[in-house]
Amino acid sequence: MLLTKIPMSDAAITALLGYAIVFFGLILLMIVVVLLGKAFIAAEKRHAPVAPVAETPAPAPKTAPGSAGGVKLHNVEPKTAAMLMAIVANKMGKPINELRFISIKEVDE
Amino acid sequence: MDNFAILYENLLKFQWQDIVMILLGCLLIFLAIKKEMEPSLLLPMGLGTILVNIPGSTALIGPIQELYNAGIANELFPLLLFIGIGAMIDFGPLLTNPKLMLFGAAAQFGIFFTLAMASIFFPEAKDAASIAIIGAADGPTSIAVANTLGSNYVGAITVAAYSYMALVPVIQPPVIKALTTKKERMIRMPYEQKSVSKTTRIMFPIIITVVASAIVPDATALIGFLMFGNLIRECGVLDSLSDTAQNVLANLITIFLGISVAFNMVADKFLRVDTLLIMGLGLIAFIVDTAGGVLFAKLINVFSKKKINPMIGAAGISAFPMSGRIVHKMGLAEDPQNHLLMHSIGVNVSGQIASVIAGGIILSMFGG
Repeated sequence: MLLTKIPMSDAAITALLGYAIVFFGLILLMIVVVLLGKAFIAAEKRHAPVAPVAETPAPAPKTAPGSAGGVKLHNVEPKTAAMLMAIVANKMGKPINELRFISIKEVDE
Repeated sequence: MDNFAILYENLLKFQWQDIVMILLGCLLIFLAIKKEMEPSLLLPMGLGTILVNIPGSTALIGPIQELYNAGIANELFPLLLFIGIGAMIDFGPLLTNPKLMLFGAAAQFGIFFTLAMASIFFPEAKDAASIAIIGAADGPTSIAVANTLGSNYVGAITVAAYSYMALVPVIQPPVIKALTTKKERMIRMPYEQKSVSKTTRIMFPIIITVVASAIVPDATALIGFLMFGNLIRECGVLDSLSDTAQNVLANLITIFLGISVAFNMVADKFLRVDTLLIMGLGLIAFIVDTAGGVLFAKLINVFSKKKINPMIGAAGISAFPMSGRIVHKMGLAEDPQNHLLMHSIGVNVSGQIASVIAGGIILSMFGG
């Protein structure tokens, strides 16, 4: 469609048509991308090496009732660590036994 | 005495129009430096405007004209810039949720609405269509389309496109706020982190190029160069090329593009009532784009159980990544725990693709 002069009514119809084509194009691209993603996921699953049967993991060491497990301390005194955990629990407004600390490490400046 | 006359005779050639254009050039430089509005483009454009409006300037019919013919008249600079833009874009958020593409399409409404509006003031189809493409919110697309259609207003269209892109943080928030309630702006959208395989990332630009070009052949060059840049980025074996495309190439082309666009910024072409009309229509295009995206998201919410924050629809305009960031910031302003960035950037990059397709459609409808 080659237009040189364009009255408003024609422009409005052309605009609607153009907008519809943009939508059509993007919907088509969306479908292609979705199908592409699914195809690759399926292909990756097919080619994924069969994982060896995992050995039964060792049972986790028992912890004291109400505690959330052990904390690894790096260059931190147990007293200081206890104080830090208490401060964090206080600031968060949560009981300390509902929080889980993984490790506490002193950061050298 | 004759020798002395040489010093002032050129000064006498200055007309008020030249002075206005030189002041406009200074304003562009001021906006670029002081307000940081698209400085990489507005600064060279500003200096270029000064250069071409000095009476008897050897810059206009000389290096600037040569640069214009070598890079803009044949669309080369916008296309080369697209390689850099493609290399900068991470399509990951879009690949995680391809449905976001719909918002990119919705936010192109401003282009087509403005086409109808522009036809009232600019009966020449090539001019109305070129002005409408300001709504693509994408400088290179605007320049490429306006030039290919042979519009008489390339200078004004370029200034409008880049100025409004820089003004996205000013234009979009009031429109978004006017169309949404506080409750809607607070809708949370949890982001599900999904891994996107490298193969998908590599195949995406190739497939987009093939499909989009098949639908709109006139967009082949635009989409092809954009996706070429992205392929360089994602292939994983061309890191130095990707780095060059994102930085050196993009910067170099931006310098040449900015200064050579000034070829159209001469007083007799620019100082017209038409320029003001174009600036007004460009603003309308940006506003309607934003509104189109937001209203589309609200429409989806009517039918969907899982509500979408309608603000992300506004990011469907192509201005990447400003628009995505604005939506994210507005979300945080309403609720500090509401992180919309990944969704808004996904919509934003889909807007980039949609605007290029829209540009191709405009070209196929009005091109020779």
